[in-house]
Amino acid sequence: MNAYHPNKAKVLHFGSFRCLPKTLQKQGNTATKMYIFAAIYGSVSFTKRKSISEMLKNQLNRLFFCVFALFVSVSAFAGDTPDLKPGETYNPTPDILHHIADANEYHLFGDVSIPLPVILYAPDQGFTFTMSNAFHHGENSVDGYVMYHGKVYRAEKGLSKDGKVDIKKVEKREYYDADSVLHSEMIAIHEGGETKLESSSTLMSFTSFYDFSISKIVAIMLIVLVVMAVLFIPIARKYKSRDGKAPTGVQNLFEVFVVFMTDEVIKPIVGPRYMKFLPFLLTLFFFILFCNLFGLIPFIGNPNVSGNIAFTLALATIVFLVVSFSGNLDYWKHIFWMPDVPVPMKIFLAPIEVIGMFAKPFSLMIRLFANITAGHIVILSLVSLIFIFGQLGESIGGASVGAVLAVLFVIFMNIVELLVAFLQAFIFVVLASLYIGSAVEEHAHH
Amino acid sequence: MILLDFNIIAPAIGTIFWTSLIFILAYFIIGKLGFKPIAEGLKKRESDIDNSLRAAEKAREEMSQLVAKNEELLAEAREERSAMLKEAKEIKENMIEDAKIQAREEAGRILDAAKEEINNQKMAAITEVKNNAGKMAVSIAEQIMRKDLANGDGQQAFVSKLIDDFKLN
Repeated sequence: MNAYHPNKAKVLHFGSFRCLPKTLQKQGNTATKMYIFAAIYGSVSFTKRKSISEMLKNQLNRLFFCVFALFVSVSAFAGDTPDLKPGETYNPTPDILHHIADANEYHLFGDVSIPLPVILYAPDQGFTFTMSNAFHHGENSVDGYVMYHGKVYRAEKGLSKDGKVDIKKVEKREYYDADSVLHSEMIAIHEGGETKLESSSTLMSFTSFYDFSISKIVAIMLIVLVVMAVLFIPIARKYKSRDGKAPTGVQNLFEVFVVFMTDEVIKPIVGPRYMKFLPFLLTLFFFILFCNLFGLIPFIGNPNVSGNIAFTLALATIVFLVVSFSGNLDYWKHIFWMPDVPVPMKIFLAPIEVIGMFAKPFSLMIRLFANITAGHIVILSLVSLIFIFGQLGESIGGASVGAVLAVLFVIFMNIVELLVAFLQAFIFVVLASLYIGSAVEEHAHH
Repeated sequence: MILLDFNIIAPAIGTIFWTSLIFILAYFIIGKLGFKPIAEGLKKRESDIDNSLRAAEKAREEMSQLVAKNEELLAEAREERSAMLKEAKEIKENMIEDAKIQAREEAGRILDAAKEEINNQKMAAITEVKNNAGKMAVSIAEQIMRKDLANGDGQQAFVSKLIDDFKLN
């Protein structure tokens, strides 16, 4: 039974971004991260999920964490979750997976959440507009929708589609079917009985409703949009007002990035028509970079924006569309009817090239998602060392060792993640430039 | 199954919609109003720097040409000066030489004239002496004639006296 309460149990991580030692730049961290990623998932089926909530019931640990809150911000844990039974170990997986997922409310720490607009659409019910605090952290339903762990679900039957209904509890039930396949169901228990819940539509499973809410990561994207507008439009004006003069201040800071991306990446890769794609590629770079960096800022909930697969899918799709619509005749010829090879080879190559056409944006999507998500998972796993070593407050010594280790590793990982934030934005744009470059390239005819 | 429980690998429709919308907005707002002018400004600055470097190179070339020309002129002037000096020296030497020759000639002429004059004067003097001696001899002889020539001693003294009196004028 999994009944942790991520609304109220939240781990934030700390980072020192002042310096980035050169030795770190050689970190081949992706493999390490994916290993840990796999290890966490691998361990899931063998350990029972357990809450970290009872740990602050221990007064000594409360004191202990006040001290270490300076280094690793840990929020207050509370909830009606069952206590850790003797012999059970703390399993950080649910907390970590909850953290890296999107949510309909912006949880900061403790009981403090920023309410966000919730926009829901069900074909048989129409639009529902509300704020996330109308759900009272899942204590009541709104028009047949129920919030559980910051995420909105829709009740299938038996729950009023109009107005509020008190929800006693939401349970996740897991069972194996005849073929030993694990199924899980979400059940809302309320006055009128039990109702099965379903999650919003994804590309993988379409359900009875769509969630168009300004979710946590959408809110961060909007903030990034505003930050970029406030930053770059005045900088652009400076190029007119200070024409012919050396750049100063923030203009100088971002000119380094713009010039590097333009002269070292976009210009040589895209080719002579680069000016047409420059605004797009620079917007892409800074949008991804700022979203990456927002996920690293401590104490603001560490939103996993660019580690969200829908985010990377959308960007990769846009890159795919740009490549496809700017592709010249040569590009399409090289895909469907490869020049200068015998006809059987042309027929053989065409399907491979068509797959490649889709594999390229697909790799963009997976790369950014996996790298950023893995970074968040590693940092959260390291923070979880405190609770794992401390056996949820049973062992203060263990928690101390865990905290010392966690602080050191988390600082280290945050610095690595800072590098990864830049690196992944860079790689995304390098590859997007490469794909655009191959689409607009003028082939010298053989 | 656990992965599917969380929306991390299932792309949510709403997030795809919002990401696309926000990115397209970002492109049209920041790409068009921000990065395009920035890129153009940078390109303009690049070409400006390029142009001014080329202009500086051109100016430097012109300058070096000018300097070479100046040097040439200076060398020419120096040469001219030394030529002039040389000429002047030659003229001076020639003049001195000429003057010397002339002076020598003049002096020779003067000397010759002087010699001739002296000769003439000498001849005149000799002639005069001759004349005077003749006159004196005649006059002495006259006076002797007139005086008594008996006394031999007296005669001798008289002649001496006459000779003394007879001033060689």
